[in-house]
Amino acid sequence: MKKVYRLEDLDCANCAAKMERAVAKIDGVNEVSISFMGQRMSIDADEGRFEEIMDNVVKACKKVEPDCTIVR
Amino acid sequence: MKRSSMSRKDKKNLIRIAIALALFLAVFIVDKAMAGGLGGVLQGPAAWVFPFCLYLAVYLLIGYDVLWRAVRNIAHGQVFDENFLMCVATLGAFALAIYRGVTGQEIEGFDEACAVLLFYQVGEWFQSYATGRSRKSIAALMDIRPDYANLMQADGTFKRVDPAEVKVGDTILVNPGEKVPLDGVVVKGASALDTKALTGESLPREALEGGEIVSGSVNLTSQLTVRVEKEFYDSTVSKILELVENAADQKSKAENFITKFAKYYTPVVCAVALLLAIVPGLITMDWSTWVYRALSFLVVSCPCALVISIPLSFFAGIGAASRYGILVKGSNYLEKFNAADIFVFDKTGTLTKGNFAVAKISPAEDAEEVLRLAAIAEHDSSHPIARSVAARYGKQTEGGYTLTNIAGCGVVAEKKGSVILCGNGKLMERYGVPYRKEEGVGTVVYVAENGRFAGSLLIADEVKPEAAEVVSQLNGMGCKTVMLTGDNEAIAESVAKQIGLTGYKASLLPQNKVEEVEGMLAAKDKKEVLCFVGDGINDAPVLMRSDIGIAMGGAGSDAAIEAADIVLMQDDLRGLPLAKRIAKKTMAIVMENIVFSIAVKVVILILSAVGIANMWLAVFGDVGVAVIAILNAMRVNSKYLPEERGKRPAPVSVKE
Repeated sequence: MKKVYRLEDLDCANCAAKMERAVAKIDGVNEVSISFMGQRMSIDADEGRFEEIMDNVVKACKKVEPDCTIVR
Repeated sequence: MKRSSMSRKDKKNLIRIAIALALFLAVFIVDKAMAGGLGGVLQGPAAWVFPFCLYLAVYLLIGYDVLWRAVRNIAHGQVFDENFLMCVATLGAFALAIYRGVTGQEIEGFDEACAVLLFYQVGEWFQSYATGRSRKSIAALMDIRPDYANLMQADGTFKRVDPAEVKVGDTILVNPGEKVPLDGVVVKGASALDTKALTGESLPREALEGGEIVSGSVNLTSQLTVRVEKEFYDSTVSKILELVENAADQKSKAENFITKFAKYYTPVVCAVALLLAIVPGLITMDWSTWVYRALSFLVVSCPCALVISIPLSFFAGIGAASRYGILVKGSNYLEKFNAADIFVFDKTGTLTKGNFAVAKISPAEDAEEVLRLAAIAEHDSSHPIARSVAARYGKQTEGGYTLTNIAGCGVVAEKKGSVILCGNGKLMERYGVPYRKEEGVGTVVYVAENGRFAGSLLIADEVKPEAAEVVSQLNGMGCKTVMLTGDNEAIAESVAKQIGLTGYKASLLPQNKVEEVEGMLAAKDKKEVLCFVGDGINDAPVLMRSDIGIAMGGAGSDAAIEAADIVLMQDDLRGLPLAKRIAKKTMAIVMENIVFSIAVKVVILILSAVGIANMWLAVFGDVGVAVIAILNAMRVNSKYLPEERGKRPAPVSVKE
C-alpha cells in the first residue's frame, strides 16, 4: 500500500536524505521517497502491518531529525 | 520583500542573527580598536578571560540552538550531524584560543569562532528562506485547487459544498471570479475562462453553451450554469494536482548521485580531519596549527550546498515547465528528456489536426461555384468528407434536389434543369465528363454540372501549422523525427516531406504501433532516449512503453495525463522544443552546481590542509557555496518565451 505524508519543519536537505535511508531500512518498507522540496514522504509498505510500520517510521525519523514531524 | 514571503521562524531567526551580528561587530571593533585589544583590560595570565566572556556571550546567543541540537542528536546516535560538526569546529577554535591565552601567546581566535558560527547561521537562514520562497512561488503557479462548488439543490437554490460531494449529472453554478470546481458542460450562459494556470495560455478561452469546460480554470466575465461530467477525483484539476505533488518523488540520477555522495563525503572528510590533527601533530608537536587546520576541515564537511541545490534546480525546472502548461511527472523525466534524441510522432491528432478539411480547390472557372455545387450534393451526408465540404462552404445550401447515391462513385443531385455530379473519377467517366486529374495527396472529389466539369476539391487531414517549424527545430537539435501512421505510403510520404520529418512508417494498424516502437527501442543505442508523442487517447500502451511518453492536449483528457510522463496541456507542438530548452537549462545548472560545489570544497580542503586557507574561507566553502548554488538554481525558473505565444486565439471546444 502506498501512502503520502506531509512533513512539517523539514529544514535540512541532508536530514531528508538521512531520514530516507533510515526509513528504507525498516522491516516491511518496500519503497520510500522523501522530497525535501515537496516536504512530503511517499511510502510503500506491507498493507497488513501498515500502522505498525508507520510507528517505526515515525520513531526512526524522530531519531534522525527530532524537529520534523510526520503529519499522519 | 513582502511580509508573507517569510515564515515566522525565518523572521525570528533573522532578528536573532541581526542582534548577534550587531553585538559581534561591537565587540570586534572595540577589540581591534583598543590598544592591546580586549586582552589588555585584565593583566596577567588571566588576560584572555575578559574577551573570552564577551565573545562567548555572542556565541551562545547565535549558536544555542546549534549546540542544543548537537547534544540531542549525539544522544540519538547521530554523530556526523552538521550541528555537531559546527560545534566541534567552533568550540575547538575557542579551545585553541584559550590554550594560546593560558600559554601566554598573543590573544586571538575568539572572534573567528564566533564569526564562523554567525556566518553558518546566516547561510542556514538563507537556505531556509530561499527554499521556502521557491516552494511558494511554484505552489502559487499551481494554485488551481477549487475550495467549493455551488451545487443546485432540489428547490433550485444553490448551496456551497465541498467539490468532492458533487456527483456526475449535478448542476453547479460558477460565478465570475470563481474557479471551475469540476469538469462539465455549460448548459446556460457564456463567458470567458482564464486557463493560464492549467495550460500556460494567457488569452482567455471562450465558454459557450454546450461547450466543455475544464476544472481549475477561472471564470472571468459572467455566470455559468454547468452540468457536472466528472466527479472531483476524476476531474482534470485533481489529476493535475496529484501529478504535480508526486513529481518530486521521482528522483533523477543526479539527485541519487548527490545523496550517495553526501553519504560518504562527510565521514571521509571527518576521518581525514582526524588524521590531519593527529599525524602531523605527533610529528611536528605543533598541535595548535594542525588542530586548527583539522577544524577548518570539519567546517567544510557538510554537503549541504549540493544536497539542497540539486533538488531545488529540478524543482524549479518542473515549476518553470508547468508555467507553460507542460507537466513533467518527475525530475528523472526532465533529466532524460534533456537527452531525448528520437521523437516518434503519432500522425493523426498529433502532427495533424485529425479532422478532414478542404485543402485545395482546383476550379475550372470559379472556386466558389465548385464548393456551392459540392455542398448541395453532399448536404445530406454525415460522412467526414461531406462535412468538411459543408464546413468550408459555410452557407445554407440550395434545397429541392433529389440526391442519388451511387455506391463507390459518389452522389448525383438532380433538380429541374440541373444535374450535379459529385464524386471520384469513376463517376466522371461513367457520365462521360472530361475532367482534369488532381495529383495532390488525399481524397479527391470531382464536381460537374450538366455535363460540364466545374472543378475538383482536395480533402486532406490538415497538418498543424506549427508542425514544420517544431520538427525543423528538433532536427536542428540533432534529434531524429519519425512519424507513425495508418495511412498509405503516398500520404505518409507527402506529409513527412511537408513537415520535414527524418523518417516515417506507413500502413500501420494500431497494434503495430506498439511493435514498431518496441522494435525501435531495441534497435536504438543504449544512450539514446526515445520519446513517443501522441494525443494520449488510444496510444496509452505506446506512451508507457517508450522511454518518455508525451501526451498532447492534456487539458480535458485524464487518460493522457495518467499514461504519459510529460503532458503538454495545450494541443500545441511548440511545447516540445520549449520543454527541451527547459530540460537543457535545468541540467546545465545541475551540472554547474555539482561541479562548482565539489570543486570549491576540494580546493578549500587542500588549502586548509596546507595552511593557506583559514576558518573564514572554510565557512565560505560551506555556506557561501550553498548560497551561490541556490541562487544559481533559482535561475532555472526564468522566462523561456517572449509574449508571442499568448497572442494566438484559444481554441473553443464545443461538444457535439
